[in-house]
Amino acid sequence: MMVQQTTPEAAVSGVTTAAELNVAGTRGPSFGEPIVEYLLRLGDDRLILGHRLSEWCGHGPILEEDIALANIALDLVGASSMLLGLAGELEGKDRDADALAFFREGVQYRNALIVELPRGDFGFTIMRQFLFDAYSVVTLDALASCGHAGLAAIAAKSLKEDKYHLRHSSEWVVRLGDGTEESHNRVQASLNELWRYTGELFERDTIDEAVAAVGITLDRDALHAKWESIVNDVLQRATLTIPEKTVMASGGRRGRHTEHLGHLLSVMQSVARAHPGATW
Amino acid sequence: MAASVKDSPNDISSNGKDTDGQWSLWEVFTQPGKGAPHEHAGSVHATDAEHALQNARDVYARRGEAVSIWVVPADVIVASAPGDAGPFFDPGNDKAYRHPQFYKVPRGVRVF
Amino acid sequence: MTQPTTVTADESALVAAFEARIAAGESIEPKDWMPERYRRQLIRMMSQHAHSEIVGMLPEGNWITRAPSLRRKMSLIAKVQDEAGHGLYIYCGTETLGVDRHELVEQLLDGRAKYSSIFNYPTLSWADMGVIGWFVDGAAIVNQTILAKASYGPYARAMVRICKEENFHKRQGYEICATLANGTPAQREMLQDAVNRFWWPSLMMFGPSDTDSPNSAELLKWRVKRKTNDELRQRFINLTVPQAAAIGVTLPDPDLKFNAETNNWDFGEIDWDEFFQVIGGNGPCNRERIAARQQAQDEGEWVRAAATAHASKQHRTVQAA
Repeated sequence: MMVQQTTPEAAVSGVTTAAELNVAGTRGPSFGEPIVEYLLRLGDDRLILGHRLSEWCGHGPILEEDIALANIALDLVGASSMLLGLAGELEGKDRDADALAFFREGVQYRNALIVELPRGDFGFTIMRQFLFDAYSVVTLDALASCGHAGLAAIAAKSLKEDKYHLRHSSEWVVRLGDGTEESHNRVQASLNELWRYTGELFERDTIDEAVAAVGITLDRDALHAKWESIVNDVLQRATLTIPEKTVMASGGRRGRHTEHLGHLLSVMQSVARAHPGATW
Repeated sequence: MAASVKDSPNDISSNGKDTDGQWSLWEVFTQPGKGAPHEHAGSVHATDAEHALQNARDVYARRGEAVSIWVVPADVIVASAPGDAGPFFDPGNDKAYRHPQFYKVPRGVRVF
Repeated sequence: MTQPTTVTADESALVAAFEARIAAGESIEPKDWMPERYRRQLIRMMSQHAHSEIVGMLPEGNWITRAPSLRRKMSLIAKVQDEAGHGLYIYCGTETLGVDRHELVEQLLDGRAKYSSIFNYPTLSWADMGVIGWFVDGAAIVNQTILAKASYGPYARAMVRICKEENFHKRQGYEICATLANGTPAQREMLQDAVNRFWWPSLMMFGPSDTDSPNSAELLKWRVKRKTNDELRQRFINLTVPQAAAIGVTLPDPDLKFNAETNNWDFGEIDWDEFFQVIGGNGPCNRERIAARQQAQDEGEWVRAAATAHASKQHRTVQAA
């Protein structure tokens, strides 16, 4: 992973001034057509976040919430399955969603760093979910009317689900932020820790430019502004404050991850990889 | 016995926190399809109305069983007592004239 | 177990009327008069059932993060989630008897309440996800289909809902098993090993033989239970033997034989010592299961308190406005 002191826009070039945590090289192995890479980014975000949420199953703070988190996890894994499936089709190397999920290395994963961080306490999970949900809703809303029919259809379906996720996570952020002193402090600490991972969500690079050719043209600045407005509104209701002067982390889109992803994958892929070629 | 009906059914302040620190109980009614009546599905614990709605949605509409949900604080529901069953409901039993079968119609005529 | 010794004349008339209603197949509703023992037996049985659903999330939840395909991952999450839902339905049913879920959870955590012995066995391979669905959910369905006709209305209604939802559980379990059975030698071996580990504990799930089951007679009389433990166990075995044959796995009981006279599959001796050890807290995973629930409860404390605090702040704001 790399650390950049940049606004998201400055990352357009995909080349960064290496900082203290840099790993040599700017990009992991690539996947041919830009649309494939683009779909992997969307699919991997949802797979990894869904996986993290599913770790709560049976361990939630109250039964009702256990069920709610599982619903969100299911929606996310379901969306990732469609996105990876489409990526595999377009890649044309006979890899289906499972092959992409279970037989890629960490450096071949394209998710943003924020989704791979360990689940933390419930406040961390909810704050991460909220920041991601708001990003997902504004992004899918734009993608639902993009010129790539396959992706637009998936986006339209997922958008409905994600709007509910956002409603759920927003309410929880407010409850925790404006709850007890302990809950306020915990969730503020989570926000402080997570904020540096939000810049990556609105980065633009050559892949974003290249997919314009297949009808995908997102105005990241406009999306970022919409996202900020949702986030500011909820954080204000929650009496929480955005940390100042945050150095944004980056790298997931290029396969440069935190160390957490490797551990997640070694668990997730263990059975599938122990029996290559098996059907389940 | 069912002690959920409290003395002051309108005391909303009891919502959110029960005496033992548990979230209060809400009864959930789901409408299985447009135009159908809402039916009792079960209950959830929640701190406020929006929370109860979300919990009800996640618990009782996981399989798309509902197009609409009502949630009602359990302690504001007023119910008839089993002991009243006789005086409350028996008088309705012998009023045959309230039912269409009471009325004779000439053979072969379709009334509706 | 016997009836309380002091029964007033009034009460004995009420008991007679109550038992007459049950004999006539009526269902008992929360506000109806009921003998205190009926109420207590129901709370015991329903909360045990709810606890079993909740603790039952753990052995399967253990494999969610390792499910070998996205489809399997989703169906396993959905299944474990259903168990949370089923626990919730039954807790809600129990609450109609005037006891809080909070109190019931305390009883689970401090060991006063029991849950199904099967969930104290570890899940050691992916095949366990198949075998648990097939055996454990199969056994639960046999049990719950009958409980859907129980005399207490809220319990019976919860069971109807649960049975409807649980149909997919057993099917997904059996499908996993069938897929493994058709798979590589390693997958077949994994499957047979899981069958070997879970067969006997699954038979124990129905509880001790009726001759040794302290509560059976009374529960049957009040139609809280509708069939004996032995009847249900036999029914499960009769259903399962042909299913095992169909996918070519061997049930680990050399005494399993079809009895043409009774139309039942006769089976070997169940190791009841093991059962009572597990029930008594000394199964392979009893401590881990309760510790996991305790941890969830403890770590959730601040979250539940925050939601409560927020709601009362909101309430004050609304009142002040």
